[in-house]
Amino acid sequence: MQTNIPQTTAEGRQQQTGGRDQKSEPPVVVSTQNGTARSTNVGDVVFKNLTLLFAAGVFSLVFVMAYFMYKGSSLSIAKFGWSFLWTSVWDPVKGDFGALPYIFGTIVSSIVALAIALPLSVGVAMFLSELSPRWLETPVSFMVELLAAIPSIVYGLWGMFVLVPFVRTYVGPFLSKHAGFIPLFTGAPYGFGMLTAGIILAIMILPIITSISRDVMIAIPNSQREGALALGATKWETTKIVLSNAKSGIAGATMLGLGRALGETMAVTLVIGNSSKISFHLLDPGYSMASVIANEFSEATTDLYLSALIEIGLLLFAVTIILNAVARLIVWSVTKRFSQ
Amino acid sequence: MKRSLSIILGLAFALLASDMLRAQTQLNGAGATFPYPIYSKWFDAYSKEHGINFNYQAIGSGGGIKQVTEGTVDFGASDAFLTEDQMKEIKEKQGSDILHFPTVMGAVVLTYNLPAVGADLKITPEILADIYLGKITKWNDEKIASINPDKTLPDQAILVAHRSDGSGTTNIFSNYLSKVSPEWKEKVGQGTSVNWPVGLGGKGNDGVTGVVKQSEGGFGYVEIAYAIQNHMPYCLLKNEAGKFVGPDLDAVSAAAAGAASNMPKDMRVMITNSPGEKAYPICGFTWLLIYQNPKDKVKGKEIAAFLHWALTKGQEYCKDLYYAPLPSSVQKMDLKQISEIKLK
Amino acid sequence: MTSESNAGVDRWRKFKNAFMISLSLFSAVLVIAPLFIIFGYTLSRGIGSVNVDFFIHMPKPVGESGGGMANAIVGSLIMIGVGSLIGLPIGIIAGIYLAEFGKNPFGAAVRFMSDVLSGIPSIVVGVVAYVIVVLPMKHFSGFAGSVALAILMIPTVTRTTEEMILLVPHSLREASLALGVPSWKTTIRVILPVATKGITTGILLGIARAAGETAPLLFTALGNRFWSTSLNQPMASLTVFIYDYAKAPFDDWNRQAWAAAFVLICIVFLVNILFRLVTRSRYGIGNT
Repeated sequence: MQTNIPQTTAEGRQQQTGGRDQKSEPPVVVSTQNGTARSTNVGDVVFKNLTLLFAAGVFSLVFVMAYFMYKGSSLSIAKFGWSFLWTSVWDPVKGDFGALPYIFGTIVSSIVALAIALPLSVGVAMFLSELSPRWLETPVSFMVELLAAIPSIVYGLWGMFVLVPFVRTYVGPFLSKHAGFIPLFTGAPYGFGMLTAGIILAIMILPIITSISRDVMIAIPNSQREGALALGATKWETTKIVLSNAKSGIAGATMLGLGRALGETMAVTLVIGNSSKISFHLLDPGYSMASVIANEFSEATTDLYLSALIEIGLLLFAVTIILNAVARLIVWSVTKRFSQ
Repeated sequence: MKRSLSIILGLAFALLASDMLRAQTQLNGAGATFPYPIYSKWFDAYSKEHGINFNYQAIGSGGGIKQVTEGTVDFGASDAFLTEDQMKEIKEKQGSDILHFPTVMGAVVLTYNLPAVGADLKITPEILADIYLGKITKWNDEKIASINPDKTLPDQAILVAHRSDGSGTTNIFSNYLSKVSPEWKEKVGQGTSVNWPVGLGGKGNDGVTGVVKQSEGGFGYVEIAYAIQNHMPYCLLKNEAGKFVGPDLDAVSAAAAGAASNMPKDMRVMITNSPGEKAYPICGFTWLLIYQNPKDKVKGKEIAAFLHWALTKGQEYCKDLYYAPLPSSVQKMDLKQISEIKLK
Repeated sequence: MTSESNAGVDRWRKFKNAFMISLSLFSAVLVIAPLFIIFGYTLSRGIGSVNVDFFIHMPKPVGESGGGMANAIVGSLIMIGVGSLIGLPIGIIAGIYLAEFGKNPFGAAVRFMSDVLSGIPSIVVGVVAYVIVVLPMKHFSGFAGSVALAILMIPTVTRTTEEMILLVPHSLREASLALGVPSWKTTIRVILPVATKGITTGILLGIARAAGETAPLLFTALGNRFWSTSLNQPMASLTVFIYDYAKAPFDDWNRQAWAAAFVLICIVFLVNILFRLVTRSRYGIGNT
């Protein structure tokens, strides 16, 4: 069944004055068998397919990147296989590479970052969604956003000139004196080290965990809060209920924060100490995957060396993609669940 | 909005177009941080005199070697001369041999950060190796104190610093340690990148200087210009002849004296731990790595012209930046080598 | 249960309530504090050195004081510009697709991929740009740096474009269609102009993100001590300069690094504030 959209007054007027500013025919709406309307206007089809092309381009970008990274690391993968992940020798002279020290340093600094950032983020998210008065919420949210906007090199600069001496002079000796019986809290008195890296990473991932947690908590329907309050719960007890509803969303936010921490380069490179030794003392210097790529990429003298570094990049790529994918799915499903 | 946009685009196009039309007057090089102070001075002066820009990125000798191998630069710089394997790889990939042109000599000094102690701390090769092996960890260790009776050393940890990147300076330093300490030679060895038993990594000579400068109790090996430009003290080292020597220019030149007379034709030689009463033990040549058969002959000519300038007029800048100029016999060999660059 | 134990329990609950509220307040303060600390410190170290020299002069050789970062500033501008030329069209057109035709599984997949893309570490993007551009070209170039920046911009631009288009009231679209204007023309001539302000600030946000990046430029554009506007050569950038100058032991270089950091942080903050101001009038159309 065909329906013609009637010529409207605008078109009619144009016809009367003799000029038409469009060469294409008026859109003819066709009703197809399953009831959807489809336009047969040429412009529409072209437009849709053009935009589709670009969207497909964005879609495939990740796969293209994965392909090139895989190709670049093929030498290293062929030679070392899976043992690359748990060997700790990194000898460019002999051509023997294992990424364990970097994987270790990345994981340790990220865990320290999460340990510091998570409670703070949840605290702020809680504040923003439950406790703060309306007029305060926007500026505070905005300031958290600004924290995310600071370029990482500026974080690195500040970390190197302010945080490192601070850790060296106050935090390190304090920890060694009062918590020194736990070997974790001892280590070299450089100031540079995995603890410092963890602290600066914590500041950097606070915004992302905070904003997503806040969004998730706001999405929790008010009925939950009202129910609790009606039963005589205090503000904190009500919040506890909201938190337990938002649990998986906060978990998703944490994973996104973790993803950011794992891949952070400049801030970590300037404060972690660049030492390829695996150490279980937080104050000791370490090395992260992103840092070793940044430091050694431009000087990898052999193809195998370069391939090993690209393989580390591939590892980072894979891990962050998986983390991001899972986290986004979780957050999406939580907000969807509560928006219904 | 549309008009301003088109103006901006027009300007951008004009800029890009003018750039393409202009003749290529920039050469790119990368490599050692060891000679960076004098190279940056040379390139700046040469640019002012001759209008040709040499863009040099100090990314470490390892980086220089890599970029020369990949052909992503027009010349490289390194204080570690290429090994046979490396030269073979370059021949395969770029179809050309590499000529090593020594440019200056420099000293690798041990700089430290102990405000109360002052300058001219004395150390011996054995102590140095022990510090870098992690066996001596405190400044007031008996071994250090006993040879420095005039100084009060603090009860502080030695914060050891080394290079995190592939470094010719490391090559010179580890070569020296391998010569004076059998334990070092066995456990760690020599190279542009070694498996450091202890210490903090800094990128480039500037990175190590920065680490030492920032940390009280810091100790690291750097090229002398970096220590002096940052007003940092350095050690007097006991040489092969048993004398405590500082890295002044005469001591560095004395180190090269023996090597100068026996310089191999390809100019690849280490001058660490030289005999001779006045010689400073940790010195090295630094080389420019030049393609014998450059792909771009125009660039090759520019490089040859610069080399001639550097090896004659450029040597006058050395003293002010604490590098020792080349001994005259080496200089002559060097200048002769320029003619080996195939410019046709 | 006696009323007394009730009162005891109540007191404990009240205490917990007050305690947790103050903890939450405290964490809010603790989280905001670094913003002021870092900005304040950058301001104090950098503002003294931001002078005309900084913007106009070229870097001086090692050890000599003075000089500026003219080539780095221009280099950054060029790479961001070219990166935008590559990345913005891709992002905007993809965003248009998502807004117009994206309510299907493929649209959801694109949206998802775009989010995933935004989480990829910038150093990895740099490695990709190295493999795709530097290796085949056989040398470092400003172009490789631009490609890396383009990839970084795409996710932000795509999502913001989509969001801004979706914000345009449906009535506008219906009115246009009712007048017989084809769907594609409606989008281009009616919807987009209205969404322009929001899209522009979204673009600025994407650009600001790319402008602050250092890692992907380290081994794509490498760096250049001299004045170069050629995309075919290594190119200096503000961020890499900050990195090099910060690590150096020369006090004068450190000073310049702080100045550059201050300039950078100001630009980024300004863009973010602009974005917030523009999108605050979210529920109104704003001026066309």
